[in-house]
Amino acid sequence: MEELRSQLRQYIEDTFLMGVRAEPLADDASFLEHHVLDSTGFLELIAYLEETCAIKVADDEMVPENLDSIDSLVAFIGRKRAA
Amino acid sequence: MLLHHAFEAAAQKSPAKVAVVSAEERVSYEELRQRAHALANDLREAGIRAGDRVLTLLDSGVEFAVALHGVLSAGAVFVPVSPLAKTDKVAFIASDSGACALLTHALLAPSWKPALPAMTSVRALWVAGEPVAGVERGARRWPAAAVRACPEPERDPDDLALLVYTSGTTGIPKGAMLTHASIASVWSSIQPWLGLRPSDVIGLALPPAFTYGLTNLMMGLATGATVVLDRSAAFPVRLAQTLVRERVTVFPGVPTLFASLLGLSDLATFDWSSLRLLTNAAAALPESHVRRLREVWPAAELILMYGMTECIRASYLPHEELQVRPTSVGRGIPSQAHWLIDDSGRILPPGSTGELVVAGPHVMQGYWQRPTETAQRLSTGADGRRRFRTGDIFRSDAEGFLYFVSRTDDIIKTRGEKVAPREVENAIYQLEGVRACAVVGVADQALGQVVKAYVTLDPRSALDERTITRHCMARLESYMVPKRIEIVDELPQTESGKIRHASLR
Repeated sequence: MEELRSQLRQYIEDTFLMGVRAEPLADDASFLEHHVLDSTGFLELIAYLEETCAIKVADDEMVPENLDSIDSLVAFIGRKRAA
Repeated sequence: MLLHHAFEAAAQKSPAKVAVVSAEERVSYEELRQRAHALANDLREAGIRAGDRVLTLLDSGVEFAVALHGVLSAGAVFVPVSPLAKTDKVAFIASDSGACALLTHALLAPSWKPALPAMTSVRALWVAGEPVAGVERGARRWPAAAVRACPEPERDPDDLALLVYTSGTTGIPKGAMLTHASIASVWSSIQPWLGLRPSDVIGLALPPAFTYGLTNLMMGLATGATVVLDRSAAFPVRLAQTLVRERVTVFPGVPTLFASLLGLSDLATFDWSSLRLLTNAAAALPESHVRRLREVWPAAELILMYGMTECIRASYLPHEELQVRPTSVGRGIPSQAHWLIDDSGRILPPGSTGELVVAGPHVMQGYWQRPTETAQRLSTGADGRRRFRTGDIFRSDAEGFLYFVSRTDDIIKTRGEKVAPREVENAIYQLEGVRACAVVGVADQALGQVVKAYVTLDPRSALDERTITRHCMARLESYMVPKRIEIVDELPQTESGKIRHASLR
């Protein structure tokens, strides 16, 4: 789980956060509210999750509760893998 | 008419009605009016006077609606800045507009806080949300509802209401000056075909900091309708659920927004019975989208519109023409005269292809403090009407219907936003090690065009694509950041040594 968390943090940092913020983003902070990701960003994120985490994100799973922070991503992928 | 008076009248007529819905918040007309007056009182107490510019850097939400009407009630000029704007842009617009105050949110502090030292004209700022550490100068809390009405300063319909910044080919944003009268004339031109009424619920997933979203918010609240300010465009299923739950009747969209909704496999299974009107603007809606929207929402009218910041709206295609000419934007709005011109400015007969010129009361007064740029695009006709060269090439058919062909300049249209290559190039040139760069739009299925940068480096430079992206992300709105970067040995040049952009597209 911790490995997944740091992998996701690294991905978000590399892809969306690069140099944008002085302070690091908290794990429970909303990507949307902090303007880390916009709608195309979320599509990129989903493509990344499907490719590297071997999961399939269904239409009705594309909701902020699953995708809008590091914490929610970790929990969502955990649930998907357990299912 | 002053724009906020229409809102005041709607509030007086149905004070208890819900004016704005945003996430968990449902705010009545009376509450919104009181909160706007409280802000107007605060602005006046801070010394903001009629005609002063007030910068607003806010996400879509109740505070945005409060800010809009508070600023106008104080007699000031509303200057919306996209919450995607980074520090440099915020600082530039503040100083270019000579803004006296800033209305913003704590969550956006990474953008505005480092800009404060450069915003020398800003005397006071209002920060919603949590207090921001290290911000003292004139920082105020967002006020609660007012107990007394704001004394109304003397204002004339020909006074400025909005100053909206737009990308220019030079790479320097320009502020389009829009008066109360010009916006009121847009409303009266488009109202006959939108038919907005107090029973309408407008589902606004578009950012209100841009004129398309802003017009919907203002007109909705001027009509006495309910405006649902939604920020879940990134989550199509959530957006669809919100539109259905709120029984939205009017849904303004742009092609990328419609595309993400159409991507939902079960879209047609939702209960869309309340939806009566869809509008599209900002970019042409592909014919395939038009067809699928008609399949999913057969009972809703679909109106294709065309406009720009400098005149808000210039044309619309009535719903009944959709089957006949789905690629046209129509024949112009009422109260507008328009024609096509050739390179030397001669007026072309119907059936020709040329640059569209629009004239009428909706056309802006000019670009704020930019007489040269204003003179290039704006003139006054013998009839006294302001004429604006749109920079868009259109073809017209025998009946006068207009079809978009291309831009006269190199402006890139991506995700419905205008991107000036020069603005992106200017950002890249700030990087040490960059010898030359050229930014162009390349065709993309989903986004229309994507921004691509070609860069040449000094021989000793170790710059890589990642570093260039990182640099751009810190300075430019996300849609301006090049999606593709290619480091090349040479850029194609003209004989005089200028970079030949055309051969890179």
